[in-house]
Amino acid sequence: MTSIVNTTAEAVADIEDGSTVLMGGFGNAGQPMDLIDALLQAGATDLTVVNNNAGQGEAGLALLIKEGRVRKVICSFPRQSDSWHFDAAYRAGSLELELVPQGNLAERMRAAGAGIGGFFTPTGYGTELARGKETRIIEGRGYVLESPLGGDVALIKARTADTHGNLVYRKTARNFGPVMAAAAARTIVEVDDVVEAGALDPETIVTPGIYVDTVVPLTAASAPASASAARHPVQISEGAEA
Amino acid sequence: MNTAEKLSREDLARMVAHDIPVGAYVNLGIGQPTKVSDYLAPDQGVTLHTENGMLGMGPQAHGEDIDGDLINAGKIPVTELPGTSYFHHADSFAMMRGGHLDVCVLGAFQVSSGGDLANWSTGAPDAIPAVGGAMDLAIGAKSVFVMMSLFAKDGSPKIVPELSYPATGLACVTRIYTDHGVFLVEPRAASGEQEQPSRIVLREPYGLSLMEIQDRLDVDVVDGSR
Repeated sequence: MTSIVNTTAEAVADIEDGSTVLMGGFGNAGQPMDLIDALLQAGATDLTVVNNNAGQGEAGLALLIKEGRVRKVICSFPRQSDSWHFDAAYRAGSLELELVPQGNLAERMRAAGAGIGGFFTPTGYGTELARGKETRIIEGRGYVLESPLGGDVALIKARTADTHGNLVYRKTARNFGPVMAAAAARTIVEVDDVVEAGALDPETIVTPGIYVDTVVPLTAASAPASASAARHPVQISEGAEA
Repeated sequence: MNTAEKLSREDLARMVAHDIPVGAYVNLGIGQPTKVSDYLAPDQGVTLHTENGMLGMGPQAHGEDIDGDLINAGKIPVTELPGTSYFHHADSFAMMRGGHLDVCVLGAFQVSSGGDLANWSTGAPDAIPAVGGAMDLAIGAKSVFVMMSLFAKDGSPKIVPELSYPATGLACVTRIYTDHGVFLVEPRAASGEQEQPSRIVLREPYGLSLMEIQDRLDVDVVDGSR
């Protein structure tokens, strides 16, 4: 059962210290900035964050790292021109990094969401990122055993949800959203708008609502940083524009 | 083309584009390989894949066409062409790993004579490691083309008997496009009791003679001009 809440603060209120948080986004595309800001406000700490990157500039995941809320990052590409908060924390030794090839990162989460106990992949075979892992030659090709990667919670962004939690995304902002939604025990989604069940074409739904626990429409949500965090009623728009 | 002169980066991009088969599905890596798209002919019917979840990628977006939700793997705003499709990351990398892409074009620090690729890390102890999709791309296409200079700034060859930089993938490179010509990597035997010796074949030398190139490389180069 998917619940629609009014504010990002409500949506993230139950995230506990020490949680593993799957965080959508490739760069800033699809990064659930409002949910991450709310998580920052809520104060959860000692987090393990799974994301493709490790934060850009002065927003989202970068600020969580800056504020010392993140114990460990599991990602494929932390180093960027504007990843200074990650760089500083990593060099200071206050942040653990698990580096995973991008496709293995996605497939490990897919496996977790699909109930697969592990898989042999050719990616990384013979490299230092496979060090210590079981390998096998299958039909002449080398493979590495990779384990599933699930989360306590996923924070993702989609374009539109219906009231059953069915999701559609927008362009390359889809990226990790669908696999993270399935891989987390609890999935929280920020969306541009929420429509009535039946308003989305069932043939076009990308993430079925079974994977979605909480939806917060940004058009109706108040900014978590705002002191007067007034609650707005959920606005149900007439039709999907996806 | 005057074979007395080295090939420029533009020449290389043009040659790679020319060698991509009609109708191919292609992933162009970040950096120099991106240039290849400038030389793909419209009637070549090539479909570009970007690993963050798109087939049918168009040119870089400018001005009003810039859309934060529509970026390539280098996080550059791009455009979509008619027939574009979007998919999530697990599907995008399954598409690569599953051997559905025809060609992938990558930059490199080194390629070994057996086709091992090094392009993700220099192994510097103080560097922050980052791999992204490099290891997936290395093993994720039917043909893997590398674009690089044949020699490093210090003059050392980048085609080597064994990698000294950390490996990205083993026995994965099929061709190496360099400023001194195109080298074909003859595939190493995948299994069997005795590994076949690998061969590096130079299609046609540019800027140096085959003999001069051979003198500066520690691997045997086969003359492929005939």
